Amino acid sequence: MAEPFLSIQHVRKSFGATTVVEDFNLDVAPGEFVSFLGPSGCGKTTVLRMVAGFEEPSAGKIVVAGKDITRLKPNQRNVGMVFQAYALFPNLTVAQNIGFGLKVAGMAKAAIDSRVAEMLDIIKLPQMADRYPYQLSGGQQQRIALARAIAPKPKLLLLDEPLSALDAKVRVSLREEIRSIQKKLGITTIFVTHDQEEALSISDRIAVMYGGKAEQVGTPFEIYNRPATKFVANFVGTLNVLEGTVTDAAAGKVRVNAQEVALQGKLNGSKSGDTLSLALRPEAISLGWQPGHDTSLSGEIAEVHFLGSVIRVRVGIGGNTVSLDTFNNSTAPPPVVGEKADISFSSGDMLVLH
Amino acid sequence: MKSGRFWAWVVFALGAAYFFIPLIATVEFSMRMRRGAYSFDAYQIVLGDERFQATFMYSVVAAIFTIILGVLIVVPAAYWIRLRLPQIRPVVEFITLLPLVIPAIVIVFGYIRMYGSNSPLPFLASDTGTNALLVIGYATLALPYMYRAVDTGLRTIDVRTLTEAAQILGAGWGTIITRVILPNVLIAVLSGAFLTFAIVIGEFTMASLLNRPAFGPYLQNIGANRAYEPAALAIIAFAITWGCMSLIQILSRFAPKSANRPN
Repeated sequence: MAEPFLSIQHVRKSFGATTVVEDFNLDVAPGEFVSFLGPSGCGKTTVLRMVAGFEEPSAGKIVVAGKDITRLKPNQRNVGMVFQAYALFPNLTVAQNIGFGLKVAGMAKAAIDSRVAEMLDIIKLPQMADRYPYQLSGGQQQRIALARAIAPKPKLLLLDEPLSALDAKVRVSLREEIRSIQKKLGITTIFVTHDQEEALSISDRIAVMYGGKAEQVGTPFEIYNRPATKFVANFVGTLNVLEGTVTDAAAGKVRVNAQEVALQGKLNGSKSGDTLSLALRPEAISLGWQPGHDTSLSGEIAEVHFLGSVIRVRVGIGGNTVSLDTFNNSTAPPPVVGEKADISFSSGDMLVLH
Repeated sequence: MKSGRFWAWVVFALGAAYFFIPLIATVEFSMRMRRGAYSFDAYQIVLGDERFQATFMYSVVAAIFTIILGVLIVVPAAYWIRLRLPQIRPVVEFITLLPLVIPAIVIVFGYIRMYGSNSPLPFLASDTGTNALLVIGYATLALPYMYRAVDTGLRTIDVRTLTEAAQILGAGWGTIITRVILPNVLIAVLSGAFLTFAIVIGEFTMASLLNRPAFGPYLQNIGANRAYEPAALAIIAFAITWGCMSLIQILSRFAPKSANRPN
């Protein structure tokens, strides 16, 4: 990576005896969109609040554009932030809300008016300038909050679960809008979310967090396809986990329900007789044999859910159940519960969880 | 069901009678100054009395200073407690309730002992100092009402997030309090202010013992020496208090609205 724009170095945060963030490290390139993804209580918001200056790290430092900002007050950092609860000032109109940061900075009225108009155009709400926050929908309020955050041209944009309070449809459209505005302005952005689909769809990179640590930092493709830990594999996407026993460590052979699977080069350090958790994404599995697949397991259809364009099938393989989706085919009836079935996959798609 | 409604109306009528009959009787009595006919003579005498005007103006000015002092103390304190020290809220609530359980006479005797001409803070050595002490005493008496009003107002807004949103936009504490917090709790502050006004206008003990020419001691003096004028004064004081309450209602219509409290 070129010189990072934001560098979070060995940051730790404790509240009394409880450590919420532990040795967190992350470099963010200029203009990059990085998401912090993790369950509630994983420390993602605390890291964001430390970057904003609302919490002071117990150890470590935060550097923005080469300048150590760890001990700077929030109002001295030139950082924009959008909150989950919108946090628009109820007593101010939309235009006054957007112009708040500019007015505080001492900008002339004409310049404020022009910048506010520009912001309203960017968020496509030019007719809302004189409305009050209570007269707007949740999605509109969050757009205004975004405009207010970027109006003073901050060095860094922080988004703290900005879509959580919105309904599903608005969430999808607004996340695309946020990403497009971020790309247009080229502003370095940190986005906190617990929604994996959100993180996967709009991020350049994702930091998956658990227990106050970054479990894995990588592109959405890497996070989804090559999860580094069991937690990442389980948290991101749907995963089928099969329990297996190593039968021949040297040859990379594992037994799953009395059937052998070859996993060359993936067993790193496992011995014959060890029990392993093997994971497969549903989309890597086919019902029956498919070209390109090298492994097959036999089982029995346990459940069939007809969902229109997709049929979700669960196949029992010994004590394991594997979930997979097949496209609906009007000329072939869906599988029947209880009938024998083979599933196939490429052993290269199988993940060994450590 | 119908019987329940009937008894509800009976209770309401009894309550209303308990409230209105003495009021009507006082109004009726205050208008009987002229023999054989109803008149506003008592009101004319009271309103035309120089001492009425002087003492009333004195109390109005004292009330304004009390409100300013109360707002300056209570708004930042209640805001800071909500923002940074929520754990001490029960303690502060208890302290603000003390003026309700400690009689004003005890407070004022304490003041006289503490701030006499020989004390390091000789408030009582000059008229201005005594006036200042009276305002401080009034602010103490009004504390339970002012604190509760402001605290209730702060409860309706997300103090922490609004503060953080303003901070991240570059605002300092002064800007946050004057441009974000105060405008959003203005109606609550006004409620507290009018309650303070009503308390100060009628307060007798402190003004009397500190020997200040306030409206309360004047009311008492008239009450002790005249027949019809005290009734007229009581009605005037009642009208002032109700005027204050009505103002709160009217002004609350202009309150800043939030998404959580649209109407």
